[in-house]
Amino acid sequence: MLIINNAGYESLRRHGEETYPFECCGALLGRITDHGREVEAVVRCSNTRVDRPQDRYSIDPKELLRLQRQADEQGLEIVGFYHSHPDHPARWSQTDLAEAHWLGCSYVITSVEAGQATQTRSFVLAGATEDEKRLEPEKITTLSCVES
Amino acid sequence: MATTVRIPASLRNFTDGQGLIEVSGDSVEAALASLLQKHPSLKSQLCTDDGRLRAFVNVFLNDEDVRFLEKTETAIKPGDTITIVPSIAGGCRQG
Repeated sequence: MLIINNAGYESLRRHGEETYPFECCGALLGRITDHGREVEAVVRCSNTRVDRPQDRYSIDPKELLRLQRQADEQGLEIVGFYHSHPDHPARWSQTDLAEAHWLGCSYVITSVEAGQATQTRSFVLAGATEDEKRLEPEKITTLSCVES
Repeated sequence: MATTVRIPASLRNFTDGQGLIEVSGDSVEAALASLLQKHPSLKSQLCTDDGRLRAFVNVFLNDEDVRFLEKTETAIKPGDTITIVPSIAGGCRQG
């Protein structure tokens, strides 16, 4: 299960609307608990696939290095990633599976139709090894933030 | 001071849960060999059958991607940090 607060959830959906008709992408920092992957921060990234951003995304490895360090400094982990599917359903493609390598992490996909975010779904990269990996649907639980 | 390899959470099942691993060697290649000697199950995750790093495995020496240095032949010194970062990519259409 992916647990994320409403602000983070809306942020990643808005990101897909802002980059439409191109794919957006970003990372989810948080903690892995008995309940699942709990997101503490949604970090927007640039899509480096300028050759075909309408149906591809890629995150610069150097940006990933910075994200890894940011997570370390905050006592967090990279627990997942997100991207959008412009005018395409919120289901993983063979390209998404082939290019997914973070076992145990969530891959969140938002369908953006005519510039409006519609369905958002999450899939966990399951399997014990790279050769056995598969994307399985998982529940998204959104939480309201309450200021104390 | 040894060289440290940082392992992302997604690969820690293969390192007994360790995120920071001290290794020996005077090159990135030697350091990775030291890492795989300590954690042999990592090999199939990081390397192809012929022993080359898989294309999606990015290896950084401190702040630099070793592909832009001398690749795995890049020399290292005590205190350096090697970070392994699997790539992130995809897209809504196949092909």
